[in-house]
Amino acid sequence: MTTLATNKHETISGPRLTHLQLLEAESIQIFREVASEFQKPVMLYSIGKDSSVMLRLAQKAFYPGLIPFPLLHVDTGYKFHEMIEFRDTLAKDLGLNLLVWRNEQALADGANPVRLGTQRCCGLLKTTALLDGLREHGFDAAFGGARRDEEKSRAKERIFSFRDRAGQWDPKNQRPEIWNLYNSRISPGESIRVFPLSNWTELDIWHYILLEDIPIVPLYFAKERRMIVRGDSLIPVEQSFVQTLPGEEQWVKSRLRSLGCSPCTGAIRSDADTIPKIIAELVSFRSSERANRVIDHDQDGSMEIKKREGYF
Amino acid sequence: MTSTGEILQVEASDFLIEEFLATEQKKDLLRFSTAGSVDDGKSTLIGRLLYDSRNVYEDQIRSVTGTQVGQKQPTIDFAQLTDGLRAEREQGITIDVAYRYFSTQRRKFIIADTPGHEQYTRNMATGASTADLAIILIDARKGILTQSRRHAYIASLLGIRHLVAAINKMDLVDFSQDVYQAIEKDFRELVASFGKASLVTIPVSALDGDNVVEPSERMPWYSGPTLLEHLEEVPAWTEEKDLGFRLPVQRVIRPDQYYRGFAGQIASGTVRKGDTIVALPSGRTSRIASITTFDGDLEEASAPQSIALTLEDELDISRGDVIADVARPPQHATSIEASLVWFDGHRLETHRPYLLKHGTQTLSARVTRVLHRTNILTLQQEAVNSLGMNDIGVVEIDTVRALYFDPYEQNRASGNFILIDVKSNATVAAGMIRRGIEAGATSGTPKHKAALLSIPDSTLADLVEQQLLADACAVVRTRVPSEHLWRALLSIGAIVILEDIATERVDAALKSSPGSAVTVKAFDSVDDSNDTDRLTKFIEDLRNEGVLPAHEESH
Ligand SMILES: Nc1nc2c(ncn2[C@@H]2O[C@H](COP(=O)(O)OP(=O)(O)O)[C@@H](O)[C@H]2O)c(=O)[nH]1
Ligand SMILES: [Mg+2]
Repeated sequence: MTTLATNKHETISGPRLTHLQLLEAESIQIFREVASEFQKPVMLYSIGKDSSVMLRLAQKAFYPGLIPFPLLHVDTGYKFHEMIEFRDTLAKDLGLNLLVWRNEQALADGANPVRLGTQRCCGLLKTTALLDGLREHGFDAAFGGARRDEEKSRAKERIFSFRDRAGQWDPKNQRPEIWNLYNSRISPGESIRVFPLSNWTELDIWHYILLEDIPIVPLYFAKERRMIVRGDSLIPVEQSFVQTLPGEEQWVKSRLRSLGCSPCTGAIRSDADTIPKIIAELVSFRSSERANRVIDHDQDGSMEIKKREGYF
Repeated sequence: MTSTGEILQVEASDFLIEEFLATEQKKDLLRFSTAGSVDDGKSTLIGRLLYDSRNVYEDQIRSVTGTQVGQKQPTIDFAQLTDGLRAEREQGITIDVAYRYFSTQRRKFIIADTPGHEQYTRNMATGASTADLAIILIDARKGILTQSRRHAYIASLLGIRHLVAAINKMDLVDFSQDVYQAIEKDFRELVASFGKASLVTIPVSALDGDNVVEPSERMPWYSGPTLLEHLEEVPAWTEEKDLGFRLPVQRVIRPDQYYRGFAGQIASGTVRKGDTIVALPSGRTSRIASITTFDGDLEEASAPQSIALTLEDELDISRGDVIADVARPPQHATSIEASLVWFDGHRLETHRPYLLKHGTQTLSARVTRVLHRTNILTLQQEAVNSLGMNDIGVVEIDTVRALYFDPYEQNRASGNFILIDVKSNATVAAGMIRRGIEAGATSGTPKHKAALLSIPDSTLADLVEQQLLADACAVVRTRVPSEHLWRALLSIGAIVILEDIATERVDAALKSSPGSAVTVKAFDSVDDSNDTDRLTKFIEDLRNEGVLPAHEESH
């Protein structure tokens, strides 16, 4: 049984927008709404590909004006040096108001993933640092580059995600979010995390980077790099806390699929040294991008737990 | 039928990336929601849809593959591919919308997998509000349950044009055509009774995959499309035809003194450079000087693009205003009739102020009356005086300033709003405007403001009335000394002429409600002066006080 025929004569009028144009229009609307309704918004900038796309969309939203809020980078102290160099050059080139926040106390106390375990290390250097940074500056809305297709608990996130005074997420009691009418009302001390890339997929991000010629950190492109090779894993040699066995350290043509902290981010063997090759690799690979991050695998539902605590 | 699956099977080496990207770039987007009662198999169906169209990553499959007791082969729990939160995995139910993304060669899809439990209806509405199509799952063994009715009803109410009834678990009814046809008939009647959405019904087994992506060999009597085939065929961006241009202004972009752009996402219609527009509420007109984007100026732009407009004249426009097609402006009213879906645990309180967010403006509003509530089971309208959680009803709302809107049925984007609780900040309801209910709810711009004019005798009242009518104002004359009546008239934007009512009484009545911004003006009667002169002065004063519009200077 079908009434398919009745659908056929409906006419499609007006120029049809592609999915990327629709996603872009939606994201820009979100940026403008937040910048207009909140006192003190900030964009969490993580230097990765999603942040790069988010930054471009923010530029578009306020063009020909400048982005009317600062960017905040939560620096764990263990980021790849290429990330930091990229960040600083970009901020200078685009005239961005870039703030950096580190949990200096924890770093002075010697926090690292081997001593503390990845969970506690992330808790101190990412979550605590993020919450402290937001509180210290008094930001009431923070843009994050998370996408719903990244991970199962993120699939349930609203675009405007309400956080209580402790910065925590209550997944069972989210505000209804109807049409594109976002509720920006909060009480003092509460805040909203905003995810303008919610509906973008990993493929959309790469495709947009290609079409828009958006600069990204060179670590995404394959080249010969020093790696500790252990089984299937490639661990980049940079501040690595892994004890190397003889012969484990090798030159490997490799790249990173997602950028995290150097001790906890695995690389993959790859020849993809251009964006089209990265996309080709992506669609033929079939392994979700966070799979080679150590942190999400700590325990079942670990991302949800981190998010409840205040992590992005 | 083709899907990305075929691409995924190709080796990276012989992968034609240019071709892939060219196809990729042309894809449009279909948003759909899934709804039904708990355990009807929504999560399983989506898991199956993703898996069979090869949109699931291997590591995700590994994490949900387990060996059940009494089974040798490890089996995939498809529902677990979609149920994300710990609480859900533990309880085996879905409590919030989960968004999923997949694509085929033709288009990209965004799925909003919505919960079935009645208490999570608001999450269902969240997922359905942006959908082009809604899939309603029905367990073939159980037939149409309350939740299926509720969801079909909400989907129609939200203006979703395409409904799909997936009659699931056909494997448990021996793939019986009779069972399927009986449900199909009932459901078709139900949908026809409350809306004009098109309906397609498909018999499926989500667990085994019959008619999800691949046609079923076990139901040869079914010759329609599989679910995925239908999703690929249905029109995605059916722009409501011929809608007027509307841009709710989100923000004024002003980088320097030379540029002043009004930024927003086009809610409906198309705008071209040189078009004449009207800015509301000011009612001033101008022409489009440029359509600005980061990627260069455009000759024209359409919904739902996000753009900025500059105008040829310097108009005072700010956030919350609407820029619209001058030939087809939206309606305006300070009193509307609207459908509401009530979300909050606290019941609707009439006459209590809520915040109403419509487009980019947020203003104070009161629900003055609940007209009825719709009983989902019987579809009967019930007389009630409030709405509780998950209730759907029709109400009348007064707003402190005019709304510029179109009825939701004609224009989803300019006919919708939300209500926010002033104290808790909760989003308490979603609203869909049915019509404006003020006397002058015509298309166009209000030229005047509500005011109370106290005039001592009827000859003078005649003169004032004629003058105001000539200015196209909504005027009402009354001799009834009822403050309540006056307020009602003022709230619909009328200029009220009080004839022969003692000034003390008018003053007293208005003093009792401080904060009212209504202009009150008395026409003092002095017997020996010239009525015509005094009339001219009276009208001129009304202009100066902003009750009547200033004389138009043409430009
Ligand atoms: N036999 C059979 N069982 C199904 C089918 N679809 C779903 N189920 C089972 O029904 C139960 C509920 O499914 P689930 O997808 O969680 O339902 P939801 O609550 O609507 O998301 C699970 O045990 C599924 O395995 C089907 O087509 N046939
Ligand atoms: Mg489910």
